[in-house]
Amino acid sequence: MSGKPRLTYINGRGRMEPVRWLLAAAGVEFEENFVETKEQLEKLIKDGDLLFQQVPMVEIDGMKMVQTRAILNYIAGKYNLYGKDLKERALIDMYVEGLADLNELISSNFFQPADKKEEHLATVMDKAATRYFPVYEKVLKGHGQDFLVGNKLSRADVQLLEIILLVEESKPDILAKFPLLQSFKAKTSNIPNIKKFLQPGSQRKQPIQEKDIPRLMQIFH
Amino acid sequence: MQITAALLAAVPLGTAWRAGWARLGSAQFSSPQAGGGRHFVSSRCGNRKSEVMAGKPKLYYFDGRGKMESIRWLLAAAGVEFEEEFLETREQYEKLLQSGSLLFQQVPLVEIDGMKMVQTRAILNYIAAKYNLYGKDLKERALIDMYVEGTTDLMGLIMQLPLQSAEMREKNLALIIERAKTRYFPVYEKALKDHGHDYLVGNKFSWADIHLLEAILMVEECKPDILSAFPQLQAFKGRISNIPTIKKFLQPGSQRKPPADDKYIANDSD
Repeated sequence: MSGKPRLTYINGRGRMEPVRWLLAAAGVEFEENFVETKEQLEKLIKDGDLLFQQVPMVEIDGMKMVQTRAILNYIAGKYNLYGKDLKERALIDMYVEGLADLNELISSNFFQPADKKEEHLATVMDKAATRYFPVYEKVLKGHGQDFLVGNKLSRADVQLLEIILLVEESKPDILAKFPLLQSFKAKTSNIPNIKKFLQPGSQRKQPIQEKDIPRLMQIFH
Repeated sequence: MQITAALLAAVPLGTAWRAGWARLGSAQFSSPQAGGGRHFVSSRCGNRKSEVMAGKPKLYYFDGRGKMESIRWLLAAAGVEFEEEFLETREQYEKLLQSGSLLFQQVPLVEIDGMKMVQTRAILNYIAAKYNLYGKDLKERALIDMYVEGTTDLMGLIMQLPLQSAEMREKNLALIIERAKTRYFPVYEKALKDHGHDYLVGNKFSWADIHLLEAILMVEECKPDILSAFPQLQAFKGRISNIPTIKKFLQPGSQRKPPADDKYIANDSD
């Protein structure tokens, strides 16, 4: 046993991706156990490894943690990416939950019927541009600092970068009207741990492809 | 799913809305004073208007459970008095939007300690930590978070019911019962059995206990005998319901909200 956190999930982004980002940003090496068959998932459940019969699951510090938010809260707390006090944490939580909502909206495009996908995506991009990104642009403008909260890198910054890049995959010019987010993106991407994670060969995952769907359906249904 | 302007637009306010999300029950209440909403707020306990005391959290939401209910539970359990402003007209909601108080244009909104907090989980995390209901260290917090996320998922399923067609509702009700019985309640039953303590985490009352009680009662509204195979949870329910702050919250006239109008009672088949 190496003592490194061990992530159990499919070989894809899904709900584990923010966890990978946060560990990488914290400079924490981790191992991955990819679930590739239904039988594997069933065995995990049968062995009692999955508290609510679901992945993600992260083995860390002697715990088998499930529930993405619980996992992220723990990692952020452990590696000092969660603000210095309750009020900073409150701000970080608000920012992070907003990003999680946007992430859900983007992910939900996947499940739209084929003839509705394009329209749905347009709506989501509009939300990104009018509901979410303006908030973070304004926060950065308000204090003029490099990071969202407390003049220090936190999970909010890591997740903001993750979402910016995700949205750009669908709309490359999404930051056209957000100069501060553009410079935020550049600066945050250059933080050594994050820069490393953004390079090919890292544990960052690619978007799920259409061709992967049958395999994934087989595992989970 | 937050309550958004789009959802509001889709559902006409007034009696139809109330039928969907809230039932007034026997308590009388008066609408917040227009414009002066900041300083006068109605209390659900009778027709009293009370001045907002400095320091009391103020909750902005619809007069119904939705996403605010877990927050009401947590504050009540912590013995914290709070005010409520109920959004009953589109104009009120628009006014709140225009005021810039809603960070992501959505409610719930809770004014607390000089902050305008949005996002249910952020609000809950803050309250839990402030009132020492979040464990003593990171590991206890991790356990509490896991448990709370489980009950959140379960209650989330139930929250969808009023918004679904009758056919979907029936299907989902069966799913909820199955999940409660096979995925969620066994976890908490086992946790209590294994350590034999009164509370889920750290032998101390925490957010996890409050949230579990809320979930149990919510599922019981769907299927009254849901705890028949869970003796630990039955005892837990009895114990936690008797904690003075919670006992008070469970009594008529409290700020606890009733379920949506339609009753969802599952068939008596197992």
